[in-house]
Amino acid sequence: MLPPLFAAVDPWILALSMVTVAVTLVMGYWAAGKSRTASDFFVAGRGVSVGWNASAISGEYLSAASFMGVAGMVMSSGYDALWYPVCYACGYLFLLLFIAGPLRRFGAYTIPDFAEGRFDSPIFRKIAVIFVLFIGFFYTMPQMNGAGTALAYIFKDISWFGQTGLPYWVGVVVVGAVITLNVAIGGMKGITLVQAFQYWLKLFAISVPVFVLISLHGGYGKHLEANRPAATPAIATTATNPAAQDPAIQSPDGIRRELLPAKAPTDDVWLNPFGPLTTKAPRAANLSPEQSRPYALLYTYSLIIALVCGTAGLPHILVRFYTNPDGVAAKRTTMWVMILIGVFYVFPPVFGTVGRNLLPELYNATGSRGPDKVVLELPLILNRAHAPWGAILSGITCAGAFAAFMSTFSGLLVSMTGALAHDVYGRMLRPQSTPNERMRMFKWCAILVGGVATLLGCFVEKLQINFMVGQAFAIAAASYFPLLFMSVWWRGMTTRGAAAGMLVGGLCALVAVTLTNFSDLGWIDLKPFWIAHPLLRILCEQPAIWCVPLAISLMVLVSLATRAQVPADIRMKMLVLHAPETLGLKQEYVRDHDGH
Amino acid sequence: MPVPGSTPTDFIHSEEFLAGLQRRQFRLSVTCAASFLSLLLALPLLNYFAPEIMARPVAGFPFTWLLLGVLFFPLVWLIAWIFIRRSIELERREAELARSKRSNVA
Repeated sequence: MLPPLFAAVDPWILALSMVTVAVTLVMGYWAAGKSRTASDFFVAGRGVSVGWNASAISGEYLSAASFMGVAGMVMSSGYDALWYPVCYACGYLFLLLFIAGPLRRFGAYTIPDFAEGRFDSPIFRKIAVIFVLFIGFFYTMPQMNGAGTALAYIFKDISWFGQTGLPYWVGVVVVGAVITLNVAIGGMKGITLVQAFQYWLKLFAISVPVFVLISLHGGYGKHLEANRPAATPAIATTATNPAAQDPAIQSPDGIRRELLPAKAPTDDVWLNPFGPLTTKAPRAANLSPEQSRPYALLYTYSLIIALVCGTAGLPHILVRFYTNPDGVAAKRTTMWVMILIGVFYVFPPVFGTVGRNLLPELYNATGSRGPDKVVLELPLILNRAHAPWGAILSGITCAGAFAAFMSTFSGLLVSMTGALAHDVYGRMLRPQSTPNERMRMFKWCAILVGGVATLLGCFVEKLQINFMVGQAFAIAAASYFPLLFMSVWWRGMTTRGAAAGMLVGGLCALVAVTLTNFSDLGWIDLKPFWIAHPLLRILCEQPAIWCVPLAISLMVLVSLATRAQVPADIRMKMLVLHAPETLGLKQEYVRDHDGH
Repeated sequence: MPVPGSTPTDFIHSEEFLAGLQRRQFRLSVTCAASFLSLLLALPLLNYFAPEIMARPVAGFPFTWLLLGVLFFPLVWLIAWIFIRRSIELERREAELARSKRSNVA
């Protein structure tokens, strides 16, 4: 039964993808044998070295959005999409400047632990846990979308119950099940090792095909230049004449360009700022390009705020800072993470740029069959002249894509499962449970969370991967970022102030992006409303620009109104957050705290 | 051995030490953040008000594409590197200060 099913699948692509999955699983099992205690399970025993930890954070952070989504979005939207990789990388700077050091000195297993410790409030822990789950589920959806897209690409030619190509949801379910199982068995220690390995795999998988492609088909700059109308006057005439003999165009630099389909953005719009991504709403409202520009500027700023602040508030990334031996190591780790992911992010836009010139037929489809798969499919064009190298390189990028959504999904799963097992079960439902019971619960929670995430992933085929991640970041930016930033630097914060700001900011962002998603998926009809109010559409699609200030000002106002409730030992808490770790204030604080 | 719950009265636990600590750390972070943000937030404005200059070709790239897609990353590394060096140095000095005061008292 199997041979005919797999006959239509390229053996290179299949083999390289499967090897990645297999290596991930084997490493997970191998590490599982080594993690015995509950502490091992949750934060990997806290003794991970800078190099390992930086690779692991980068491996966890470089998700399907970075690996596939950025390239796809650069291809479909041009310049504006570059804000994503840049802010994904730059957001780390904010994390380093304001949050990484103090948080690490304070020391706790999870962000809910920090929330409770800083405010002495178990209720606040519950609110924090809810947001771990909200942000987590939002962030797993694009990962699952990447999984569905990749498997649909690999098995695009098989016949399956009378239809050609693997349905998107099958890929989601298969990958979801495999990763869930892996996490349920391995815990986080396995994940640290696996994710460090996966960073290097991803960097290899994105860079090598780029080098081969640009050495054979012209450099990054030349491919961009071919899109400048003045540089290639031939395009305009040929493009308007569909009866031309050769469907491809040779630009003066020798860059080959296939004909752009009608659905593709024009060269000028694609190459310059304020293009299709940021002007979608005003253009839908029939505003002229000139009138659209202020809207596009607003959109750009909101996007920047969401991505930069959102990085600093991602729960699954923050938890990693506790795995460093000390605060200096935490800072060094952040530095290395920025270098590792910065190097990586130079490459995906190259795929988008070259893909626009050489594989424009992707513009004809959306979602999992559109530009989001350019990273996977573009190397295959080398097969025309250099078979089987195209297939091998495409197999490599598929392997990288598997590494991308597997590592990020695992990381999210660990952090969400940790919140459920450690916080909800271990602290709220059954505080008297033994470590062994919690370990068992961790496994069940992993299966529950993985199942829900997989289910959600099945619904979002039509949405762009990168776009969804931007929304998850907006929610994190409006909830966790204000909480962490304000609690670390302002001693006047009270529990009520923190809770009010975080809840209102985070829920506003959540409702706003959910509205846009529901209307884009066609579940509710808001199109006429968006056309009448393009400004509101932008503010809902990218809510960070109003949600983040809203959250912060609520925190300040409510805290001032409830000034009497500032924790009594706030000076000690602030000392623990800011004094050098060598002074040993943390131990003293813990001793005092357990004393009363 | 301090009584649990009470705040000890030596220099490390004083308001003076904490206020100085927080002020110096915050100043360093804000300086670095401001230099980073002024560049990041200026770019959309430049794109908006000077599109011709930003679109000028540099090695095939439109200038603004080169800035955002390639050159921004090393810039952020530089700021991060400066911050980390300064902040580790700051922490070392704070610890020294606290220790010297402690031994004075003892």
